[in-house]
Amino acid sequence: MNGAHDMGGMQGFGAINAEPELSEPLFHADWERPVFALALATGMLGKWNIDISRYARERQAPADYLANSYYETWLAGLETLLVEANLVTEKELQSGQMSSPVTDIRAPNPEQAAKILAKGGPTLMDVPMTPRFKVGDTVRVINAHPTGHTRAPRYVRGRIGTIDYYNGVHVFADASAEGRREGQPQYNVRFSARELWGDDAPATDGVYLDLWEPYLEAP
Amino acid sequence: MPHDGPDHTDPPEEIALRVKALQSLLIEKGLVDPDALDEIVETYETKVGPQRGAKVVARAWSDPDFKARLLDDGTAAIVDMGYEGRQGEHMRVVENTAEIHNLVVCTLCSCYPWPVLGLPPVWYKSAPYRSRAVIDPRGVLGEFGTTLDADVNVRVWDSTSEMRYLVLPERPAGTDGWSAEDLEKLVSRNSMIGVEKARRPDQVDAP
Repeated sequence: MNGAHDMGGMQGFGAINAEPELSEPLFHADWERPVFALALATGMLGKWNIDISRYARERQAPADYLANSYYETWLAGLETLLVEANLVTEKELQSGQMSSPVTDIRAPNPEQAAKILAKGGPTLMDVPMTPRFKVGDTVRVINAHPTGHTRAPRYVRGRIGTIDYYNGVHVFADASAEGRREGQPQYNVRFSARELWGDDAPATDGVYLDLWEPYLEAP
Repeated sequence: MPHDGPDHTDPPEEIALRVKALQSLLIEKGLVDPDALDEIVETYETKVGPQRGAKVVARAWSDPDFKARLLDDGTAAIVDMGYEGRQGEHMRVVENTAEIHNLVVCTLCSCYPWPVLGLPPVWYKSAPYRSRAVIDPRGVLGEFGTTLDADVNVRVWDSTSEMRYLVLPERPAGTDGWSAEDLEKLVSRNSMIGVEKARRPDQVDAP
């Protein structure tokens, strides 16, 4: 969706003001720690995947997305996921009191949680698919504006690039956000800075994105 | 610094209460194990962090065979060092040279190679960085004190899939004969994101 999260190329956000690397804390307020842990722990219940959780965050109203700090956005997304997965009711969120117990779920214990973190969630799929494009091919990103989750940022849509690398068949994020584990060939595509930003951009520079085949067409 | 964003919808006290209430509710419902929450936080506060990426880079600087494997199949080479898991399932390592400078961003969210760098810093997740890294990478680098010659090729890697990128910075001059342990001191987190170069020998306790 064309949400506030799709920030590449936007202007006016000001300076980056990075905190010094060696003095920046991992969490900037005590409440961020449980938000991080709750998001990961509930994700281990298998009721949603990473694409569904990204889409839950992206669906915040743009003004909210831009106003919220990072972990506020995680919290907002988590609340959405819990309600949509029927793990928590709106009433329970508002009151903080349990009104309906969940009976069919066993939360991972610390050892299981550690194993799940160490395993991760690989997206490479061992399925026989012949990629349509090869390294060196010129491709154009389709001009599409889906209202669901997508990982083709606005700044490359309609733009022409070159296949730089073939990543193999990976779980397609757009389908995954709808709960379907569907594989699609995925490529790393180079776009020259001038193709994206015009002739004032340095001729030497380029931007590289990992894009699935359904995003691409022959120009 | 109490928070990491621009204007806030909730005062800190209110959000702290909201999080506390949610945590209690999820524990009461049996949806999370409080000990597992501690395990998750502890993992990223004490075990997983950029010290791991520094070991990968220092080894690549010291061992040409490892470097070749790292650039050819980053995932396998990094797993061989024992670093794997969430947000590092598929790794590509991109090498900085005198002609090429790599910079990593995630314009759509905050994708970052957790097993080798830990959790991302606030600036990496912020709107200013996410918006500008692709349209004005040299301006972004300038803000970090990094200037490149005009003829250097800047390659910006926008992490739009589950591929995660680690920059292999250039080995600084004047480090011949350094051990891998000493070289690690030169490898800043920021140099592995690509916003800075590796530290110079005069910036660390040289051997």
